[in-house]
Amino acid sequence: MSSEIVNRTTRSIEAGDELPPLAYDVTATTVVLGALATRDWRPMHHDKDFAVNRNGTKDIFLNTPNQAAWFERYLTDWTGPKGRLGKIQFRMKDSVFPGDTMVFRGKVASVETDEAGCGWANLRLTLSVGDNPVTDCLARIALPVSDEDNPWKRSGDQWKP
Amino acid sequence: MTDELPAEVESWIGQERYQEKTEFPIEMGYVYTSCASVENGNPLFWDEKVAQELSGGPIAPPSMISVWFRPHHWAPGRTRQAQPLQVHFDLKEKLDLPEAVMTDNTITFGVPVRPGDSLETCQILRSVSTPKTTKLGSGRFWVIDVVYVNQRGEHVGTESYTGFGYKRGA
Repeated sequence: MSSEIVNRTTRSIEAGDELPPLAYDVTATTVVLGALATRDWRPMHHDKDFAVNRNGTKDIFLNTPNQAAWFERYLTDWTGPKGRLGKIQFRMKDSVFPGDTMVFRGKVASVETDEAGCGWANLRLTLSVGDNPVTDCLARIALPVSDEDNPWKRSGDQWKP
Repeated sequence: MTDELPAEVESWIGQERYQEKTEFPIEMGYVYTSCASVENGNPLFWDEKVAQELSGGPIAPPSMISVWFRPHHWAPGRTRQAQPLQVHFDLKEKLDLPEAVMTDNTITFGVPVRPGDSLETCQILRSVSTPKTTKLGSGRFWVIDVVYVNQRGEHVGTESYTGFGYKRGA
């Protein structure tokens, strides 16, 4: 693997660690690109008139699967490519619209090794716009327990997300 | 709106419906498009050497799991627009709730999805709430699970969606 790639291990993190925030200025292109990338053709993600007059929202808004992609990117920016997502749970309390600056933040809630020897980080993440926490997210991501370990090699009984 | 659910909707709870296969084999074009949409530079998805070393070859980002089952917007011979998560749209129709949003999404990931894979899925309605009123309108919440397996029958993932179907200003 390229020498510049850094992978976190469970030994290098602990509960309470904070992830560096990620800020991103959302445009209509962000929303539409996310909808098309997820094959989501529903009009509230590309047609402002529909979003306003049918959905009652102020504009088109980021769709659910694209939010999942954003959370995955935020997590693996931090873990490195050996980070393997096991479970992600998110609650959308409001929407993300063009013109918003969305900010992702995260904190390690716990670190553990399961009975199969797989290392896990459990994290609490938020997507906020201004002071408004738009989406709350819980994520469970496998990390190597050592520099030699690789969660992607796990399958069957060795993978229990 | 009465508390009681139509019998047909009651009968859907716990039932495996809409067993489907992907309309096309998994391909990297959509992987790159997805990564580009969120500026995900993870070399696992862009660098074949890294992919070979870590995961035995190219894979798709796990969060793309539902992407593979969204039908084409149009296809030859199709007389009605196919909908992803059809149970969600069935509920909207049967409960006469014209608008809907998703509020919660939980995804548990199994084996990685690889280019060339062909996936299968089914949808299971888990619950429908009593009538509720939110700032969007009056309606009901529902929970739908979507289970995904690959061509070898290996569990690829399970998604659980909570949706809120509603009438505005009702």
